[in-house]
Amino acid sequence: MANPTSTRSDWLQSNLGRINWRQRLLSLVGPLAFLSPAGLWLLLFLAIPTLLILDISLVPGLRPGQATGAYGLGNYLQIFESVYLTVMGRSLFFAVGATVICLALGFPVAYWIALMSPKRWRNLLLVAFVLPLWTSSLLRAYAWITILRPTGLLNLILGALGLPTQQWLNTSVSVFIGLSYSFLPYMVLILYASLEKLDVRLLEAASDLGATPQQAFWRVTIPQTLPGIAAGSLLVFITSLGDFVVPTLLGGASSMNVARLIYNQFLGPTRNWGFGSALSMVLILAVSLAIALLLRYGDRASVSEPHQ
Amino acid sequence: MAGFSVRPRLQVSWQSLFTALMFVFMYLPIGVLALYSFNESRYSAGWEGFSLRWYQTLFSDARIFAALQDSLFVAFCAVGISAVLGTLMAIGLAKYRFPGKPLYRGISYLPLIVPDIAIAVATLVFLASVAVPLSIWTIIAAHMVFCLAYIAVVVSSRLLGLDPNLEEAALDLGATPFQALVKVLIPQLAPGIISGCLLAFVLSMDDLLISSFTAGGGANPLPLEIFSRVRTGVKPDINALSVVLILGSGLIAAASEYIRYRSERKTQTK
Repeated sequence: MANPTSTRSDWLQSNLGRINWRQRLLSLVGPLAFLSPAGLWLLLFLAIPTLLILDISLVPGLRPGQATGAYGLGNYLQIFESVYLTVMGRSLFFAVGATVICLALGFPVAYWIALMSPKRWRNLLLVAFVLPLWTSSLLRAYAWITILRPTGLLNLILGALGLPTQQWLNTSVSVFIGLSYSFLPYMVLILYASLEKLDVRLLEAASDLGATPQQAFWRVTIPQTLPGIAAGSLLVFITSLGDFVVPTLLGGASSMNVARLIYNQFLGPTRNWGFGSALSMVLILAVSLAIALLLRYGDRASVSEPHQ
Repeated sequence: MAGFSVRPRLQVSWQSLFTALMFVFMYLPIGVLALYSFNESRYSAGWEGFSLRWYQTLFSDARIFAALQDSLFVAFCAVGISAVLGTLMAIGLAKYRFPGKPLYRGISYLPLIVPDIAIAVATLVFLASVAVPLSIWTIIAAHMVFCLAYIAVVVSSRLLGLDPNLEEAALDLGATPFQALVKVLIPQLAPGIISGCLLAFVLSMDDLLISSFTAGGGANPLPLEIFSRVRTGVKPDINALSVVLILGSGLIAAASEYIRYRSERKTQTK
């Protein structure tokens, strides 16, 4: 079966293959040098840990120190007990509420800075508005305790005006105040990026064609900035959904949300790692779902640089 | 053009008043905190005279200083190592194509998206399962995850605006790939690397959840100390601490904005 031509081509092919392999190996050095250190770290401290909590979330009744148990969906079914359903519902309520408030407060601010303020102040105004993001989120939530506590500034002012003082701290109201205070800058940042790109000529065209400013706003501005609105809303939604500090400091015992519930399964009085892991997986799933929706329908560009 | 408010005018619109109100909303709590840090009274919201006693209490508080030391140590180590890893990752992702790249990129974005509590839980479970005792080093390891992700994002956005020809020119002129990287690419990326590091530093100093889950008994970073104190109400010496920390982060923010401003001007004048 071995005729000369075929052996020759075999030889050529096998040698070419070897050269290819060598080149391939050499071409791997660059990517490996750049990407493997961070990649290994993310694999070790992010990817594997996440798979691990997925694993133990599927073992009902696992206690710390216990190595294994039988697989089952018990931890996930436990979430459907009414106590925990209330907590999940409350987390959603906080997140949706904070998103709506941030959108309502953030849109006029971003609109004014992006389109109506003097041009050379715009960058400075935006930077000034988001500056509090650089300070500790813990301290920003704490600052509201001073204002909202029973003997705090708000009640002091209300009392001085002759108005009835109220219990603000440890209510849903103070959680909403805290969440919208914490995440309003994100909303303004993303809406600004979106409004800045708005083609003003479209608005002029609308007005030339006889649209009132209101009509132009609802039919031109809003549709044009919809991707930014979606991106900003989902960012605020996600960060509020998983927030721990604000509900703990401002919400008191009645504002248990999913992050606090998870915390308690690990560091609090009730130690149930399996249930805590199941809750974490549900939280991760909810966030991934929101991101998937955003990537499908939203504005990628404005999410890829959330901070600068 | 009549009735159109898109162009800047001197007239006062409701949007400008509303924005002014929102600026008050953003800065009022910080101002109140600063004001109360000078208030003589411990409990009352009323003003009972100017005093520096809370700053005196603060500066003689050894626990706070130990906690601040822990936090700074964690932040410097985590940011220092992540600066190298995150920059390499950003360059690698921009330079190379390889199978599994979308997965790699996706995982690198996770720390920006997944809530801290979930990352904290996962890290704790992992550390427990490999039986690594919790210490200040486990905090650093966990902080590196989000630090390198944020640094990589900031560096990536800087990479997008760079001229790829410069590196090629260096190679054509006989530079080795390593020289081209260190002498041409890295200096160009420097503003991005620095602002990424400042952002990561602030996030690391601010982190409560991931530190809580990975600290064990060995270390007590500042946010843990603050959290355990303020859970039970207002503490005047924490007001003083807040003012000091807010001034510190204000300086970092100013530095970061200045670097960004300068690098933007440079690229504009080119």
